[in-house]
Amino acid sequence: MRAVLRSRLLWPVLALVALVVVNTVARPSFLGITVRDGELYGSLIDILRNSAPLMLVALGMTIVIATRGIDLSVGAIMAVSGSVSLTFIDSSSDPDGVGTVMIAIAMGVALALLLGVWNGFLVAVLGIQPIIATLVLMLAGRGVALLITDGFITTVTSAPYRFMAQGYLVGLPFALYVSLVAIAVIVLLERRTALGMLTEAVGINPSASRLAGVRSRGIVWGAYIASGVLSGVAGILYSSNIMAADANAAGLYIELYAILAVVLGGTSLMGGRFSIVGTVIGVLTIQTLLSTITFLGVPPAVSPVFMAAAVIIVVLIQSPRVHGWTSAAAARLRARRTPERTEVTA
Amino acid sequence: MLQPTATDAVVRMRDITIAFPGVLALDGVDFTLRRGEVHSLMGENGAGKSTLIKALTGVYRIDAGSIVVDGAGRDFHGTADAQAAGISTVFQEVNLCPNLSVGENVMLGNEVRRAWGIDWRATHREAARHLASLGLSLDTRSTLSSHSIALQQLVAIARSMVTSASVLVLDEPTSSLDRSEVEQLFGVMRDLRDRGVAILFVSHFLDQVYEISDRITVLRNGRLIGEHSARDLPRDELVSQMIGRAVAELEAVATTAERTIDRDATPVLRASGVGRRGSIEPSDIEVHRGEVVGLAGLLGSGRTELVRLLCGADRADVGTIAIDGREVRIPTPRHAIGERIAFSSEDRRGEGIIGDLSVADNIVLGIQARRGWMRVVGKEERDRIAREAIEALGVRPANPDTPIRNLSGGNQQKVLLARWLAVEPDLLILDEPTRGIDVGAKADIQRKVAELSAEGLSVIFISSELEEVLRLAQRVVVMRDRRKIGELDSKDVDIDGLIGYIANEGVRAAA
Repeated sequence: MRAVLRSRLLWPVLALVALVVVNTVARPSFLGITVRDGELYGSLIDILRNSAPLMLVALGMTIVIATRGIDLSVGAIMAVSGSVSLTFIDSSSDPDGVGTVMIAIAMGVALALLLGVWNGFLVAVLGIQPIIATLVLMLAGRGVALLITDGFITTVTSAPYRFMAQGYLVGLPFALYVSLVAIAVIVLLERRTALGMLTEAVGINPSASRLAGVRSRGIVWGAYIASGVLSGVAGILYSSNIMAADANAAGLYIELYAILAVVLGGTSLMGGRFSIVGTVIGVLTIQTLLSTITFLGVPPAVSPVFMAAAVIIVVLIQSPRVHGWTSAAAARLRARRTPERTEVTA
Repeated sequence: MLQPTATDAVVRMRDITIAFPGVLALDGVDFTLRRGEVHSLMGENGAGKSTLIKALTGVYRIDAGSIVVDGAGRDFHGTADAQAAGISTVFQEVNLCPNLSVGENVMLGNEVRRAWGIDWRATHREAARHLASLGLSLDTRSTLSSHSIALQQLVAIARSMVTSASVLVLDEPTSSLDRSEVEQLFGVMRDLRDRGVAILFVSHFLDQVYEISDRITVLRNGRLIGEHSARDLPRDELVSQMIGRAVAELEAVATTAERTIDRDATPVLRASGVGRRGSIEPSDIEVHRGEVVGLAGLLGSGRTELVRLLCGADRADVGTIAIDGREVRIPTPRHAIGERIAFSSEDRRGEGIIGDLSVADNIVLGIQARRGWMRVVGKEERDRIAREAIEALGVRPANPDTPIRNLSGGNQQKVLLARWLAVEPDLLILDEPTRGIDVGAKADIQRKVAELSAEGLSVIFISSELEEVLRLAQRVVVMRDRRKIGELDSKDVDIDGLIGYIANEGVRAAA
């Protein structure tokens, strides 16, 4: 019990549970899952399916933040990878061919990887501050995406491509499997090898890590590459969901949501110790919030305000200082109930 | 001198207990501070001195126990509470605003106010009065940073007098002061004591403690060992209370270091003419198998700069380095570790520990970095390495899962030593490994170095304490003004001789 209470994940989990409870109270059907043709449907399934792009981006962001960095270009990379894939399918003679779609996806992800290499080069080799280095692509990336699509919103029809975000496999949305595989790969890579520990060491104290012989350049570079690749896959999921390459709207503001998810999950923006599970919970929290806005029928005009208020409450629930205040207040209440005055002891 | 009775107690701390994750920093400690006394708090690093001070000044909350100040029970929620109770603190690093004037610093928050705002002239007059009462005549309109650290410290004390503090806490105030500045500070302290202020004093210098203290309280491993009148506590008794064993152990290190080194064999390291522009002039250094070479010289003489070239921390522009007679390139620390050269930096916090990681992770970091990320040091292997190192070096607390930042300086240093020993180096470079750590840890580290070199490890040992260099090293390389000025056999020279050599730039060797 004590271990559970002291866990860093306690408060993120409580925040998520609280959100689910609020939703269920507002609309009891929130928890309902129906089976149609052996496929599961329901609000919770939607949340899991729709969270896939943010999940991928936030996983990459976690690793980058652990190295004391930040990647603002994730949304732009999403736009680029989606544009490349759809433009290729659009120009091919066989848009419904599985081979065409595979090549399209490979091209999108490969270009995203190159962009990650570029970000990592700026940060790890040239030593440019991460926020500035990735700002370059954040601004330029959408321009590149517009160039690829000739300034149009490219729409295509391709059943295999559509399957990525909208298809079902063994009763569950395919996008959920993509999320799960990404989570598993990152967890295995970081925690089954020494990568996680070395990443944390570089994030906590770069000079000491260098003197200890850690290849910090490679580790930082790798983090941006991972972030690029994951954003690339996210871009493909996003464009598959709307079956269009929208260079301006794809992944808009997702860098901010990803950073928020990482922080909600208990990873400090100062770098160092990170929690993949925490990020997963953070992403689900944000996606649930977004769904809540729809469920509660909040008018679009006030939804940003609603979102902001909800985020503030969630962050407050997790704040150690608020915990201190509430436990102090509880202690005072108890003391007041005690009849005789005792000498003050902490 | 006053002979205080129990009724004079200004501060009475009882059964103070403070626990950090994995560490019981204070375990039921009692401490009493009386009106008009200078009371020294003594103990090794990690004994709990700083924690006790932080409990008294409201930085930490206590987990159990009681604090009574001026007869009233207190529950400090922050430093402001402690200040309101009349407890003022002057820390080692002066906590004033260096860009403000002396007068503004003294009066900050207590400026003389009139209907139209602050009356600066009256404020400065008031500041001057407070300074004068400490025997200081400073221009109150001069910028604080234009004064020496010593004067800044006195300004900080004057500031605490503005709020008419009844308790003054001085945490290592003398560590960066010279002799005459210490005298000036002590003069002020005596004056305040005679006016009835209770002063809590912490210093690593025993001479100073005996010079100024009326009373001494000794802590060890978070427990109270005893409270004594300074006059009734002999020095060796104090030291053995602090470290919990006889001083003779320190002396025993010296005998192991006395042995002959085979200087005809190929040296483990031979650096010829290595230098770096603007940092160190080309210098030669040789280290043989099983030899401890001391590097002596004043701060800034080039000791650190020279060894940083040998371990790839900085890149040399000239010179060659040969390991076992084979010429090698060492452009990065990684290459150095590949050549089995390990380097422990003098900057423990900035270039040594990985604060948030556990003791075990800190120990295996070197091995893990050499293996690369693919071949992980598994949990079992890591725990075994950590446990062995903790055992061998006496790390306290002996818990491999504690974050290293919770350890005291001496214990952090032991963990770093363990990290470097774990990569099985042929040459170990230790830059100021014993600076700012307590007598016990110092003895442990010295003993370990002597032991390892007897087993064949070559060591370059840098220390500002010449006594330590002479005790451990067979040969001493002397640096001055960013170059090597000579080498001495440590058998042929004593401390005074070495000081003379450093000062007179090798004139003695030429004679």
